[in-house]
Amino acid sequence: MPIEDIDTDQIIPARFLTTTSRRGLGKRLFADWRYDADGRERADFVLNRPESEGAAVLVGGNNFGCGSSREHAPWALVDFGFRAVISTEIADIFRSNSLKNGLIPVIVDAATHEWLIEHPGAEVAIDLEGRSLELPDGRSVTFPIDGFSRYCLMNGIDELGFLLENESSIRAYEQRAS
Amino acid sequence: MSARSLFEKVWDTHVVTPETDDRPAILYVDLHLVHEVTSPQAFDVLREKGLKVRRPDLCLATLDHSIPTVPVASIRDLEIVSEPAAARQLVQMERNCAEFGIELHGFASDNRGIVHVIGPELGATQPGKTIVCGDSHTSTHGAFGALAFGIGTTEVGHALATQCLLQRRPKTLAINLEGTLRAGVTAKDVILRIIGAIGVGGGTGHAIEYRGSAIAGLSMEERMTICNMSIEAGARAGMIAPDDTTYEYMAGRPLAPAGPDWDRALVQWQTLPSDPGASYDRSVDIDVSELTPMVTFGTNPGMVISIDDAVPEHDDAAFRKALAYMQIEAGKPLSGQPVNVVFIGSCTNGRLSDIRQAASVLEGRRVSDNVRLLVVPGSERVKRDAEAQGLDEIVRAAGGEWREPGCSMCIAMNGDRVTRGELAVSTSNRNFEGRQGSGARTILASPLTAAAAAVTGVVTDPRALLS
Repeated sequence: MPIEDIDTDQIIPARFLTTTSRRGLGKRLFADWRYDADGRERADFVLNRPESEGAAVLVGGNNFGCGSSREHAPWALVDFGFRAVISTEIADIFRSNSLKNGLIPVIVDAATHEWLIEHPGAEVAIDLEGRSLELPDGRSVTFPIDGFSRYCLMNGIDELGFLLENESSIRAYEQRAS
Repeated sequence: MSARSLFEKVWDTHVVTPETDDRPAILYVDLHLVHEVTSPQAFDVLREKGLKVRRPDLCLATLDHSIPTVPVASIRDLEIVSEPAAARQLVQMERNCAEFGIELHGFASDNRGIVHVIGPELGATQPGKTIVCGDSHTSTHGAFGALAFGIGTTEVGHALATQCLLQRRPKTLAINLEGTLRAGVTAKDVILRIIGAIGVGGGTGHAIEYRGSAIAGLSMEERMTICNMSIEAGARAGMIAPDDTTYEYMAGRPLAPAGPDWDRALVQWQTLPSDPGASYDRSVDIDVSELTPMVTFGTNPGMVISIDDAVPEHDDAAFRKALAYMQIEAGKPLSGQPVNVVFIGSCTNGRLSDIRQAASVLEGRRVSDNVRLLVVPGSERVKRDAEAQGLDEIVRAAGGEWREPGCSMCIAMNGDRVTRGELAVSTSNRNFEGRQGSGARTILASPLTAAAAAVTGVVTDPRALLS
């Protein structure tokens, strides 16, 4: 999806945010681009094409995930089957939300991005431990990812659990601040 | 100690444990704003893990996003006017707040309203605080010199359970605004100009500080409009140093400190403005003295022009896609485009001064036969104050609808929406495809420009209508 500035209202329109669950949003992913006004699939939309079946990596244009803080955006992407999003820039809140849902935000240089856009369906590997994206021609491109988020993703560590373990520091702060 | 910026001072005083290469800082949250749309899944996590809300006294909860803006006698009647899922979400919020001991400014409360309107008007928003909410327009509260930013639902859970977040320190961006605004030009035009200048991703990874003579001359409501849309430039937070304008606004508010507490707080707040010589990672200078009313023409807030200008031409796929969606032609001005809907409200422009400005254009005029005008006060308090000044009567007499408070047509979750294909001039913050309803087309503008479009039926420079 080589479009720049794809916002989270496109990823999951607000009318589907009345849910109180985090599951089942995959069928609403990109709803207004994916379906016409009568709810029929638009044949020309990339996720409706047969070759997108089973796609696990979404390559989006620059500044992917801008706009609303809705975590429903990564929930919908993950529910659809995506495991990673690649772009030249990914918006702050979306990136933070993605990392908390096992969706890996991969930021690459413009040349790598262009290659990926020109090779839809290419099979790539994402090595979280090595912070690298492996392209089918053998190239390996490193990407930035916060060390702590990477550690949590690799070890299945819940950030809330980590915060709760810091109870004594939090209590000390509250005593200091009051 | 070396010179520090406003952001650095607020950040530094809220660090529970400092960040290292291996882990982010644990940052303490002074005020957590909670609403019905981004919190249910967070409360579920607390329930699953058997956790309590650590500091219910530091939460401020209300109903705003999915609540209908047509009058309803009781919350039990919500299902009559709401979609069932929206009504369930509102009822769920009442249950969650009751179960976890959070005071809810709920359905029948005199304080209810859009979360970013009620925080400041109750005096809960204060200089130097860290403020978070599961809503990207939390940046609004930065107008008071608070560090305020939007978070996702997982982090809402973190803040509920621990009153803390794991955060990496953002970079800083100073936006220096000089000059005096001309008549008919508003804070909304300033922030649209800024977003047009730095782009919708221009602030990514940064906390903005708005500075300069132009900021010093603005009211708190105008400053809130500017900080509100920081996220539309990609910045999670936008801040303005507190000054006498800030303190005058805050004095006497229900949750603001009083008596000796006020005096103590004031001494502390006065230490917050950036030190002379404080450095920023980036800085941008903008002169607003020649600024005109601004209008968006595309599908993000950075696609914006002066009302005097023609829509630019760009040979770029995203640009062409945006114009095709908007059914707008490059090379032509927006002035004169027929308008179907005008929406005045939202956390950007739903405060008393915004409604007063709109009313100044509407007074003694009629809304065009082709236009539906919806005026939605940002809170119960804004509604009461506006009604006390007769602004509701001006709206009604002009042929507009005067509604109950809520997010309304900014997010179109509650029954207020723009019909497919219709063109709206809106004082809200996002002109994304479908934001105001599936297939809806949105032009973002100030309350003056929106009201001018309502009475003429076409996109209009409001300066022509000001006496």
